[in-house]
Amino acid sequence: MTEPAGARVARLLAMVPWLVTHQGIDLTQAASDLGISVDQLNDDLELLFMCGYGSMTDELIDVSTEGGRIFIANADTLARPLRLTRAEALTLVVALRALAYAEGVTDHAVVERTMAKLENAIGARTVPPEGSSVAGRGLDDVVIDARLADASAESTRALVAQALRGRRRLRVRYLVPSRDESTERDVDPMRLLHLDGRWYLEGWCHRAEATRLFRLDRVEDIQALDADGTPPPDATARDLSAGTFVPGSDDPVVTLDLERSWEWVAEYYPIETREERSGMPTRVTLRASDPAWVVRLALRAGGGVRVVDPAELAAQVEVAAGAALAAYGHDAGTPAGTSATPLGPGTNGGA
Amino acid sequence: MPPPNSPAAKTERLMNLVMTLLYTRRPLPKARIREIVEQYRLAPSDEAFDRMFERDKDDLRELGIPLVTEDLTAAWDDEPGYRIHQRDYALPDIAFAPDELAVLGLAARTWSHATLAGPAAQALRKLRASGVEPDPEALVGIEPRLATGEPAFGALFEALLDTTPVAFDYRRPASDSATTRHVQPWGLTSRSGRWYLTGFDTGRGQPRIFRLSRIAGPVRREGKPGSYSPPREHDPGRMLAADLPEEPSGEAVVEVREGRGAELRRRATPAGPGPHGGSLLTVPYADLDRLAEEVASYGTSVRAVSPPELVAAVRERLTASAQAHRGSSQ
Repeated sequence: MTEPAGARVARLLAMVPWLVTHQGIDLTQAASDLGISVDQLNDDLELLFMCGYGSMTDELIDVSTEGGRIFIANADTLARPLRLTRAEALTLVVALRALAYAEGVTDHAVVERTMAKLENAIGARTVPPEGSSVAGRGLDDVVIDARLADASAESTRALVAQALRGRRRLRVRYLVPSRDESTERDVDPMRLLHLDGRWYLEGWCHRAEATRLFRLDRVEDIQALDADGTPPPDATARDLSAGTFVPGSDDPVVTLDLERSWEWVAEYYPIETREERSGMPTRVTLRASDPAWVVRLALRAGGGVRVVDPAELAAQVEVAAGAALAAYGHDAGTPAGTSATPLGPGTNGGA
Repeated sequence: MPPPNSPAAKTERLMNLVMTLLYTRRPLPKARIREIVEQYRLAPSDEAFDRMFERDKDDLRELGIPLVTEDLTAAWDDEPGYRIHQRDYALPDIAFAPDELAVLGLAARTWSHATLAGPAAQALRKLRASGVEPDPEALVGIEPRLATGEPAFGALFEALLDTTPVAFDYRRPASDSATTRHVQPWGLTSRSGRWYLTGFDTGRGQPRIFRLSRIAGPVRREGKPGSYSPPREHDPGRMLAADLPEEPSGEAVVEVREGRGAELRRRATPAGPGPHGGSLLTVPYADLDRLAEEVASYGTSVRAVSPPELVAAVRERLTASAQAHRGSSQ
């Protein structure tokens, strides 16, 4: 067992009061609610059985797990949970404050009410006790500011939250920026997520017949349909622990040279390899599901991002840049014969 | 019985110590504690017991357990006694309603993929001990996440909590090497999914902002907890805002092909038909170079019309892109 004693004590001190108020709870259920394995729970209970304020039987905690149900007695000294540590209190307070910025997702009044109760209860109680080496400071003095906000509309978030609760299908007009076009699709909502500073709807997209992620600030129009929005049984939520930008393993590999001021690209997107070359631009490779955004990135960067490979993609950038320049007149290094073309179906990045 | 120095044995000993000190009605002298707690009784020598007891006291205080020292009656001379007062130990009885517990659960889940997942889950367990169950239907499918992917987060959170100065190596964009910075942390702020540290840079003698993702290597604690005080009026939001793009300062005109430039259109005002068959839009901007980047990224779909600086910047950008990729289309 590798759990340090201190961490285990903290866990047990929180577990005992919970067991006291959940007398007779099923062992498996308890383990799941407590977020530990059944084996771990059995070990914990066995250890608690040895604990007390003396060595006589009536001074020790009494634990019984007869018939797979947990009963705990003689635990009055530990019946109340230990007050929250400052770190514990802060995590909840910071998250609740962040949720207060997510109008439409949760009921604002409930968030406010919860926060008031919590702050009231922990207020002065989280100041370190006498004898602690830490200077006494209240929670209000610790500045941690996170906001679950973005540019999406409150009405969009509220509609998605409502559709999730009521299992209603949504009709979404959605902007795909890499293609610079809007599409309309019907979506059975699965999750309303906030990731990396943005709200997303994850759902079963009937147009793609697959699970898709939609950035709410790119939703141009959304309405709840009068149709059941239960996703098909084989619809599975995606693992988003690595972020929203999950490249497929069969997406083509693109090699880019990044000038110093464009190296942030390697921080934003999951890159496969990175090669620092002294005096030369950093060379990275990444997987791009949609080559269109690579072209747009290269146009945006004005030489700060150079597509090295594949050559066809680099050629697309050259052609797209040339065609765009042509709209401004002769003298900009454009290929001959393409001057002053009207804005037309040229080689846009998203074509 | 587990081996005496195993984590299990120590857990049992600490639990017994907590229960003993909570149960007692008056402060207990060390000798009495040694009689009560079995593992102390088994200590091979007075020195071994003393060492063990001192460490255990520190460990309990680190967990936030309010173990106090109080004077004993004359019978024990000047030896101190120890106890834990229930009133200081116990979480006040807070009656949360089921919908409030659901919101608390959501708040705790917000950290579930982050450095603070442990404390958040622990806090929730304590608050749920009252026996009230959260509304299981409420907030299903809602998953806000405050990610802390930056390795520096944990150490900076600790330093901020106990006001301990830190040092770390910091990489600046467009610069080759990392430099060591010495900082008194004032605040941690998350914007657009990225964490920023605000604080006083003692090396530069000025308040500074640091992006956590640019911190290279470990964060080292430098100095004692509580050795500085963040200014009461510290507002990291304002400090960050001063560093990020301001309010729009100008208006540009661009010509956009039908059905294109969707993201531009959303913040622009239509200004009639354009000379090349598209439509003209008026776009407010804060940073001309940024707008030029955006216009260039649209290729033939969007053309800059005015101001002339924007037109020049877009052409320059497109020319550079074409040159960087020259010969690729052969």
